[in-house]
Amino acid sequence: MSSTYDTIANIIAETCDIPRDTIKPESHAINDLGIDSLDFLDIAFAIDKAFGIKLPLEQWTQEVNDGKATTDQYFVLGNLSSRIDELVAAKGA
Amino acid sequence: MRLEYFQLIDRIVDLNLAGRTISSEAIVPTESTIFEGHFPGYPLMPGVLLIEAMAQTSGWLVVAMNEFKRMPFLAAVKEAKLRTFVIPGQKLIVDVSLDHDGSGYAITKAKINCAGNLICDATLTLRVLDFPNPEMENEMRKNAVRIGLKVEARADG
Repeated sequence: MSSTYDTIANIIAETCDIPRDTIKPESHAINDLGIDSLDFLDIAFAIDKAFGIKLPLEQWTQEVNDGKATTDQYFVLGNLSSRIDELVAAKGA
Repeated sequence: MRLEYFQLIDRIVDLNLAGRTISSEAIVPTESTIFEGHFPGYPLMPGVLLIEAMAQTSGWLVVAMNEFKRMPFLAAVKEAKLRTFVIPGQKLIVDVSLDHDGSGYAITKAKINCAGNLICDATLTLRVLDFPNPEMENEMRKNAVRIGLKVEARADG
């Protein structure tokens, strides 16, 4: 797994007091790890700071609510890692 | 300050959009029914209301930065420290800086000083949402006028 994944897994472990070894790339932040929306704001803040980006949480939420995306696309950690890599790449482009 | 109406801020004394900071002031009333219970015979400004003063000042900064397009709601209070008692009649200065402007949320660092002494400080998280209805937006605009927040000035340059 990428260093991006390791970074966000460490952030989640520290922010939500979840044992690091229970966090897997296939873990769904909400369904598997039980992270609620308020705790996810802390995670988003830490990710924004760590990667110098702005996670588009509102856009993602809207896409899920509109049926244009599933929560798996954004909240399964392996997928979240990929989304972050895309945002970092877009910022540098 | 009108505690019974949850008006914790009297006026905005400085707003720096480029620097993402704001300062407000408020005078603790000499009389309030709140002091009858907090505490009988020894009136103190409740710490939770000091936090609310920091939250309201933070909120006005977010409102000013998004030009009244959206409404901040207090979501989390971290590292809050209530360092000194505040008594009726004291003048408070609330200073807030925007630490992070996220997607649908904001993080601020806030503190209150009184006569040059640090009274309390905290890191606050605010959810930033659409106004739930036009009535609330109108009331918030009236409040902005009351405290001297010149939100429209930015749009006018």
